[in-house]
Amino acid sequence: MMRALIKSAALAAFALGLGAASTGTAFASGTTEEPKQMQWSFEGPFGTYDKAAVQRGFQVYQGICQACHGLDHLHFRDLTDLGFTNDEVKVIAMEYEVTDGPDDEGKMFTRKALPADPIPNPFPNEKAAAYANGKAPPDLSLIAKAREDGPNYVHSLLTGYEEPPADVHLTGSQYYNKYFPGHVIAMPPPLASDGLVTYGDGTEATRGQMASDVANFLMWAAEPKLEARKQTGVKVIIFLVIFAGILYVTKRRVWRDVKH
Amino acid sequence: MAETTPTPGMDERHEEAHADGVTRREFIYLTAGAMGAVGAGSVIWPFINSMNPAADTLALASIDVNLAGIDVGQAITVTWRGKPVFIRHRTADEIAQADSVKLDDLPDPQPDSERVIKPDWLVMVGICTHLGCVPLGQKEGDNKGEFNGWFCPCHGSQYDTSGRIRKGPAPANLVVPPYEFLTDTTIRIG
Amino acid sequence: MKKVQWNNPVIRWVDERLPVFSYMNAEYNEYPMPKNANYLWSFGGIAGFMLVAMIVTGVLLAMQYTPNVHMAFNSVERIMRDVNSGWLLRYLHANGASMFFIAVYVHMARGMYYGSYKAPRELLWILGVVIMLLMMATAFMGYVLPWGQMSFWGATVITNLFSALPIIGEHIVTWLWGGFSVDNPTLNRFFALHYLLPFVIFGVVILHVVALHEVGSNNPAGIDVKGPQDTVRFHPYMTSKDAFALTCFLIFYSYWVFFNPNALGHADNYIPANPLVTPTHIVPEWYFLPFYAILRSITFKFFWIVPAKLGGVICMFGSIALLALLPWLDTSKVKSARYRPIYKWFFWLLVIDLVGLTYVGGSPAEQPYILIGQICTAYYFLHFLVILPLLGKIEKPLPLPKSISEPVLGAKESA
Repeated sequence: MMRALIKSAALAAFALGLGAASTGTAFASGTTEEPKQMQWSFEGPFGTYDKAAVQRGFQVYQGICQACHGLDHLHFRDLTDLGFTNDEVKVIAMEYEVTDGPDDEGKMFTRKALPADPIPNPFPNEKAAAYANGKAPPDLSLIAKAREDGPNYVHSLLTGYEEPPADVHLTGSQYYNKYFPGHVIAMPPPLASDGLVTYGDGTEATRGQMASDVANFLMWAAEPKLEARKQTGVKVIIFLVIFAGILYVTKRRVWRDVKH
Repeated sequence: MAETTPTPGMDERHEEAHADGVTRREFIYLTAGAMGAVGAGSVIWPFINSMNPAADTLALASIDVNLAGIDVGQAITVTWRGKPVFIRHRTADEIAQADSVKLDDLPDPQPDSERVIKPDWLVMVGICTHLGCVPLGQKEGDNKGEFNGWFCPCHGSQYDTSGRIRKGPAPANLVVPPYEFLTDTTIRIG
Repeated sequence: MKKVQWNNPVIRWVDERLPVFSYMNAEYNEYPMPKNANYLWSFGGIAGFMLVAMIVTGVLLAMQYTPNVHMAFNSVERIMRDVNSGWLLRYLHANGASMFFIAVYVHMARGMYYGSYKAPRELLWILGVVIMLLMMATAFMGYVLPWGQMSFWGATVITNLFSALPIIGEHIVTWLWGGFSVDNPTLNRFFALHYLLPFVIFGVVILHVVALHEVGSNNPAGIDVKGPQDTVRFHPYMTSKDAFALTCFLIFYSYWVFFNPNALGHADNYIPANPLVTPTHIVPEWYFLPFYAILRSITFKFFWIVPAKLGGVICMFGSIALLALLPWLDTSKVKSARYRPIYKWFFWLLVIDLVGLTYVGGSPAEQPYILIGQICTAYYFLHFLVILPLLGKIEKPLPLPKSISEPVLGAKESA
């Protein structure tokens, strides 16, 4: 009986190993360099977000990324998850203007943003974004999940700009980044030097620090429920393991007088 | 997983043989059943709760309304949380009528002063407390009912100049939403 | 079915008019189950549980989802961010599809190993193949709903399979799309069908169970039940055993949902659908990979006349249709691989072959994967069309036990 159980587990493991292997190969087949593997506080079954890092990352987003990239799926109210109070969120929102309307005269108007508003996109629409940048910069709210190994990729990409090798010829609006698929990227190095932002908590804003902070922020933006998910998961698994134990004892008792 | 509870007499032969084991056996069945019930319950609650208002619905912005253009005796209807809100610039006559009613005569006694911040302005959710229709009385020429306020065409509830129920099947006064005066001529509802 | 005299007057009143209680008693309480069934027999119940779990989470998700090309992606993100426990519902549903396929694949492999498809269980097996086909259609359409890049391009590629049909192909594809490309009408109808098909599956599952209980369950020895000494009552014996097996399976399921929820999906599906850009590597979900590999393996004209595109489509659908013929392709009178020394090896060879196909299906369409895929595809058809029919004639089976109780008791005593 136990042998059958092992057999079935092996079958299941086979199937899954394959799933994982296949997605892995899909990524490895390009010539793009694998992202540098960093340590993240949100990894592992008990992982949580480093709120200070995520807040700093938001500052980097506001100071640098936001010039071109939207964060369409996030609302100002979501920032309370980072430890901002409702009043602080109101103040952050008030720095932005949003279009609302139509008013009583049928005209659109701008007003200061409120916590319930989505974080405004720097461009009115995708065409405008493409026109201004040559190519529409991708929305960042899901970027950490929309790229394989997202947080590491974001961190590596931001710190991975290099002089192109001799055989690569770039036009004026192209840059070389070994972590970008195809290596030729239209985005100018966003973190070209240290100290592009001044952190409120006194952390030194080196390029690596800013890249790591913004990767933390973007992971949070992509998966804001991660902490709730992992915490629920630990409880669920503990419960199920105990329950399975009790059911196993129950099953043994029920079957005790059956010869098999 | 309630099926793990034993059927009575499913192995009587066995119980006779180990009389002292019975309580222990029943205990394990009970534990398994109870854990199954707890597990099912803890899954069902988040499932049911998913149908409650989501964060975006709860966060729906409050609305600001400019009262400057509303003359005495006029009313406007604005939308807040998907519901109509009646805003009436009351005449001195209407205010006097609302004040003069004896509270004992009301099905849902409430003085007019509790229903307004400034007596000139009556702000309330325009939904009949009976079964949710929108009462008439906002437009000139609407049937305002016997009490010169609002009249619900669905089942004949009648409200006075303070939006209080006076006659008909509705059990309560029209609801006053939370609001505040930002300036003399602007209010924020919600 | 045995009518029960119920003590409870309400139950008796209902049962005399509509014997649901007697039916449940006969099928899920007293139903005689061969007592030597192992834990692999729990996977049918697990698959049934997964179907119900998918329907429950799916109905709740449908209450929040919007099937419109402009809103679908955002409505899924709203579920993930704003709906109470919405992330839980979505991850349970998305990973649940994989779990459902694992349960069904193990269930089918068990049937193939122990010869559960042989007389008198042929129709039972065919109903199972029908369920698998319906599951595949449902899973495919479900993957389109989030309207990410993989959704869009998966839908485009799979619907284009039908364009391989001569003459009518193009018309069928236009009809499937309701337009000239995968667009809003396509999404809308896929949503409607994705909601409908699980209930059709549920209906076929009922037929599957009725057919099973008519002929009785197979067992690891693959021999017939001789009498009551060979069986146990379904309840409490199988219920307690299945409850334990299901709970173990739920631990496995929970791992994916709570700790690795996106590993079985693709990163590209978090990019909104863009009809102008195809992702570099488009790969179906893992449970489709063997069939996808067969499709891609036909890179040559088939029998010198059938074009490669049509040949691939025929082979892919043929590989599934073949399963329905399995009861007649396998000519051996002996059911269980335990007593078929050669078949046992071929069974595991087929498993390895399918693993190979899965691997190739997930790899880029380049050498050496194409060649490996072609070898694996050829072997897949060889197994069903040549090896199984011949093996039944050639193989000398081991002596079968006289009854289920006999080897069981014998083993216990010698131990």
